[in-house]
Amino acid sequence: MDYEIVIGLECHVQLLTQSKMFCGCATDYDGAPPNTRVCPVCLGLPGALPVINRKAVEYTVITGLALHCQIAEFAKFDRKNYHYPDLAKGYQISQYDLPLTRQGWLDVEVEGQTKRVGITRVHLEEDTAKNTHLGETSLVDYNRAGVPLMEIVTEPDLRSPEEARVFASNLRRILRWIGVSTGDMEAGALRVDANISVRPQGQAKFGTKTEIKNMNSFRAVKLALEYEAQRQIDVLEHGGRIVQETRGWVEGEGRTVSQRSKEFAHDYRYFPEPDLPPLVLSSTEVERLRAQLPELPEARAERLMARYGLSQYDAGVLTGSRAVADYYEAAVAAHGNGKAVANWVSGEMFRLLRGATLEIEAVPVSPQALAELLRLVDDGTIGISVAKTVLEEMFATGQRAGEIVRAKGLTQISDQDQLRQVAADIIAANPKAVADYRGGKPTAVKFLVGQVMRATRGQANPTVASEILEQLLNESNGRQPS
Amino acid sequence: MELHALTIHAARAALQSGDLTSVTLTESLLNRIYAVDNQIRAYLSVTPEVALEQAEEADRRRAAGDTSPLLGIPFALKDVICTEGLTTTCGSRILHNYIPPYDATAYRRLREAGAILLGKTNMDEFAMGSSTENSAFFTTRNPWDLERVPGGSSGGSAAAVAADEAIFGIGTDTGGSIRQPAALVGIVGLRPTYGRVSRFGLVAYGSSLDQIGPLTKDVTDAALVLGALAGHDPLDSTSLPTPVPNYETALRSDIRGLRVAVPKEYFVEGMEPGVERAVRDAIQVLAGLGAEVGEVSLPHTEYALPTYYIIAPAEASANLARYDGVRYGHSAANPSDIWDLFRTTRDEGFGAEVKRRIMLGTYALSAGYYDAYYRKAQQTRTLIKRDFDQVFTHYDVVVCPTSPSVAFPIGARVDNPLQMYLADIFTLSLNLAGLCGMSIPCGFSEGLPVGLQFMGPPLGEPALLRAAYAYEQATPWHTMKASLPLDVTSSELNETDEAEIG
Repeated sequence: MDYEIVIGLECHVQLLTQSKMFCGCATDYDGAPPNTRVCPVCLGLPGALPVINRKAVEYTVITGLALHCQIAEFAKFDRKNYHYPDLAKGYQISQYDLPLTRQGWLDVEVEGQTKRVGITRVHLEEDTAKNTHLGETSLVDYNRAGVPLMEIVTEPDLRSPEEARVFASNLRRILRWIGVSTGDMEAGALRVDANISVRPQGQAKFGTKTEIKNMNSFRAVKLALEYEAQRQIDVLEHGGRIVQETRGWVEGEGRTVSQRSKEFAHDYRYFPEPDLPPLVLSSTEVERLRAQLPELPEARAERLMARYGLSQYDAGVLTGSRAVADYYEAAVAAHGNGKAVANWVSGEMFRLLRGATLEIEAVPVSPQALAELLRLVDDGTIGISVAKTVLEEMFATGQRAGEIVRAKGLTQISDQDQLRQVAADIIAANPKAVADYRGGKPTAVKFLVGQVMRATRGQANPTVASEILEQLLNESNGRQPS
Repeated sequence: MELHALTIHAARAALQSGDLTSVTLTESLLNRIYAVDNQIRAYLSVTPEVALEQAEEADRRRAAGDTSPLLGIPFALKDVICTEGLTTTCGSRILHNYIPPYDATAYRRLREAGAILLGKTNMDEFAMGSSTENSAFFTTRNPWDLERVPGGSSGGSAAAVAADEAIFGIGTDTGGSIRQPAALVGIVGLRPTYGRVSRFGLVAYGSSLDQIGPLTKDVTDAALVLGALAGHDPLDSTSLPTPVPNYETALRSDIRGLRVAVPKEYFVEGMEPGVERAVRDAIQVLAGLGAEVGEVSLPHTEYALPTYYIIAPAEASANLARYDGVRYGHSAANPSDIWDLFRTTRDEGFGAEVKRRIMLGTYALSAGYYDAYYRKAQQTRTLIKRDFDQVFTHYDVVVCPTSPSVAFPIGARVDNPLQMYLADIFTLSLNLAGLCGMSIPCGFSEGLPVGLQFMGPPLGEPALLRAAYAYEQATPWHTMKASLPLDVTSSELNETDEAEIG
């Protein structure tokens, strides 16, 4: 039987605020000694009270706007009750029935098909502490407790593990683009959980779902959901029933395992947080935030295609992050040729960045410096292959292209007389290629051009060299150039 | 008059004139505590070193020209308000060893105003109760009759003030816990409007109902302490930004034209005749002073008790979830796993009434019951508030009894929670509606004090103080004090039962 896979995601996103959700403690706990970013509020000490972090609310609204959500005029916080040592108050301050934003969407493109995935809600809550288990003992580090956490819930609109992976990846691109989160999955700044079920093709009713946790990379999202879908199908094919449960992805074993335990069978007993007044968002405030929203990746890709004639692929690559797109557009502004700049940025520049494991934010070649290099190519001062060498040098030393070309004497040789002498020597030294050429293999001239380039350490203008070679070969053959 | 018997305003005059130092006054209070507290048992902890150090500092401040309103005045703080470095137990075994690392805003404000901390007072565990009998440690005695309760939950602070073991006391009021003990020991208790005083550092019971307020020997003192406590606190998002008025200017004996409402639902069958008589007489006094007295109806009054006993326990069930033995306080020995640690810590650490309310609240919030209980209670709460809104469009204050009975014997109600809950029948509505109110002495029944309750609209404290002050100035009740058996040393009395005065 054919089965359809149904997936909905719940993504937890740590926000890039300076201070925690309900107190003034710093959020820079990464690498800090345990329990050094704590105060009575985030430790849940008796008598302490929460105060809402305004920036976190703004970031959530901005995220909602970026995901085409409706922004609530009236939102509130609720208490979600459960006991666990990582939860200092015995309840988490979250949002239940009146979240900050709801009903949006995000497009994903898989195999050339664009699909609109519904966003059920984006709400704000607080992160929990971190437990470490050492044999008989468990340790709790409250540095993470109270860090602003945004929860993004999708509709069950995804139909394959690949769609889920692309959605998560697109979501991360947006979160980074609007500057609300690092989206770093390995560091836990973006945590993707999935609800997944399967049903026979054509059946309207959803199958019983399981919740999959502990997927720490986009690749893990895809692999875990592929595994889980097949597991569910196998169970059904053997006449079994799916148990609604939480399962964890075990990366090393490549499978999901049940994490079900009765302590987690919760009735969270949500009720309105009496320590916090409801949030009233004026339309003025929302419009102020909307005005701050940058041009989003899809719109920017569309514009790059229309304005610079880029392919959809190139536009996608160049809008991989806002910094890349900004770099690209700054270089185009300094140079003028959108397509040429696109080729250099997505080709050579990305190759160098990968080699140095750098992000574009840290690139040592400014967009203006790249434009200068390309102008040297445009006006024939250097050829493409020299330009690639010069870019490497710029990347390594931070020098400008002109300086490198001058210092190393890399100016392209287009001088007819100078090249004629070199070409004659090459013809003399390569009788086999000459014979091939004359025997009816015009492509042999390419080999000879290569030899000229080599002899001139890449400085020869290959077009001019090719012309001269053909001229010389045809002259001594007694034939007119064709 | 003995120094320990002074009011704030009398002590302040003596301190300002240079006739008295704060150290002398504080020593007098400490000696009084040593003399009588083994009978009263108002204090859970007395902190003489802290008190004397603060008193010396106050004398230095005064010498330097400081005229802060409570400078050098010793007081008693309910043990539910956090004090940095000083044990704060909430009357509970689960926090018997808990020392907060920070000061509550209310305590900080009192210290800034110059007040001197004598110690932390007994209370019903986590402020759940009306007699101090739910304290995990001991029961405080009513100075008027040591076999009777002082009321609760702020019974320790109330008894300390009534027995002159503090110039003033600080209590908290979630359903009547300032006003009811004030009534039962014959002093003044003021519960401010919700949000008027910061709750930061007040260990939460019912977060939407809790409020800190003064327990004092007279109305003037209540105005002085309220002025020091009140004000916006950025650390408490429910605290009100409204500027604090000068409450002393409200203390005028002329109440001609003040519109006073008498709600008929507050004179019910079952209330003690002596209480009703004293309150009716008090209303006559108000009318005689020129107040315009009219009878009104607060029709949803009968739902206040069940509404309160859904909402307060629901909030408490979450507020008390943090006491799990992981970070501080009592922690069960040798638990088999984390769930056993939670269970055993809480089983050993909480008393019966606290457990009862946690269960009530948990049940009311549970899936399938939320709509029938918690949501319904919130709707009823709105109706109760509307009753008052209606009345306050035509009246300045509401007047009624504080408690349906005088102080009851220790042990009389401990086996009957519902009977105990009825002690707060006249005080709960105000908390649900977010109003302000106070109780002042209005006479005696069977030799025990009776309290008169004033209720005002949100931020209506000046009207309350005005009505209460005028009544107080026209009557002798606030000057009457219980005679304690141990007073024999100072008063030369030989009788052991000197409670009957009035």
